[in-house]
Amino acid sequence: MSGKIVFNIRELAKRPPKLLPGHRLCAGCAAPIIAKLALLATDRPTIVVNATGCLEVATTIFPYTSWNVPWIHNAFENAASTASGIEAVIKALKKKGKYKYENVDIIVFAGDGGTYDIGLQSLSGALERGHDFLYILYDNEAYMNTGIQRSGGTPLGAWTTTSPAGRVIPGKTQHKKPIADIAVAHRIPYVATATPAHWMDFMRKVRKGLDVNGPAFIHALSPCDRGWRFDTSETIEVCKLAVDTCYFPLWEFENGEWRLTDRSLAIARNPRLKKPVEEFLKVQGRFKHLFKPENRHLIEEIQRHVDAIWEDLLERTGIK
Amino acid sequence: MGETLRSWKELPLSALPFKLSTEFKTGDWRTFRPVVDQEKCTRCLLCWVYCPDMSIVWDGQRISVNYDYCKGCGICARECPVKAIEMVKE
Ligand SMILES: Cc1ncc(C[n+]2csc(CCOP(=O)(O)OP(=O)(O)O)c2C)c(N)n1
Ligand code: SF4
Ligand code: SF4
Repeated sequence: MSGKIVFNIRELAKRPPKLLPGHRLCAGCAAPIIAKLALLATDRPTIVVNATGCLEVATTIFPYTSWNVPWIHNAFENAASTASGIEAVIKALKKKGKYKYENVDIIVFAGDGGTYDIGLQSLSGALERGHDFLYILYDNEAYMNTGIQRSGGTPLGAWTTTSPAGRVIPGKTQHKKPIADIAVAHRIPYVATATPAHWMDFMRKVRKGLDVNGPAFIHALSPCDRGWRFDTSETIEVCKLAVDTCYFPLWEFENGEWRLTDRSLAIARNPRLKKPVEEFLKVQGRFKHLFKPENRHLIEEIQRHVDAIWEDLLERTGIK
Repeated sequence: MGETLRSWKELPLSALPFKLSTEFKTGDWRTFRPVVDQEKCTRCLLCWVYCPDMSIVWDGQRISVNYDYCKGCGICARECPVKAIEMVKE
């Protein structure tokens, strides 16, 4: 295991923020926490590429911008190809001796709609071509900016406006797409999962993702109080429950090796810490209907799904 | 005849936001305001880490809240390990 990167928060907090206040993301939204922590972990000139979505819309309402770093938005579906283009241009300029920086970090922020669905082919292409950039998926598990439509990242049973829970269906009828596994399948140098609640773990992963040569992918859980239906103050608690229940395990895949990290490693070592998935579901209004007697079997189904993925992870990481 | 149209090379490359969002105050979204008890605060800076609106300010000695932008989400109060932040109705 490589030496642990340490961040001195009391020093970092004195610096001017790279994501500025005055943005119009909802109170309590996790997306700006993710973006600010990621930028805090950078130590080189940084270029940010943003896919369409809440983070992009609400941080750049004309004529304002909240980005204290070079930033570009192109379209919904092509954040990864935009990043590829930037990397290629920098390479070309360097060859001609026209670029002053030795190393530049390119970070993509994209939502689940922009990643699991509409941006998947541009992402896969960029991973396959091997561009040197870090892609951070902030996963709020639905198309939030257009009013909570289900995406490939929405979990089974979740209410959304296009998977409404009622007499016909009990919320979304399919499971979440295994997006981080899809990134791993490309055999890129670095893939990880993270949450803003486990901030030191997240910042370390960002630094690792930026330091590797080639593409890196971080899947960050981004609770949305509007779409998930919980109080604005609970964002970080919801992240903790997601990890404590193994709904969202923290792991990294580095140079072909799997590793559990932070709280998930603690749970693997002491399985008594693992909480039932119900504890994650019950604090969110989007799962409220699952607690009706006729839908209870779905909670069991979600638990089975979570357990299967967790067991699989324990095997991959060599713990079982 | 008339005005000459600009060629594509002369058009602006894209929409360019040119003002910092710090000119846009979001503090009036707030229903509850976080109030810090400096006696209880241990300067762990967890509130600074988690604030989605960069509204906790650390000057190297103590924390304070920038009410120009704080939206009153309550995350800082919820996550403070020693309960040094209280949410008070505006
Ligand atoms: C090609 C295209 N289709 C649709 C839209 C409309 N649109 C804007 S934001 C958005 C939702 C984005 O969802 P997601 O990627 O999950 O990010 P979130 O808003 O949830 O952060 C949609 C559908 C668009 N801008 N471009
Ligand atoms: S709708 Fe959700 S993701 Fe979008 S800004 Fe609000 S809380 Fe954040
Ligand atoms: S209430 Fe929310 S926005 Fe205000 S300082 Fe606390 S965490 Fe930041």
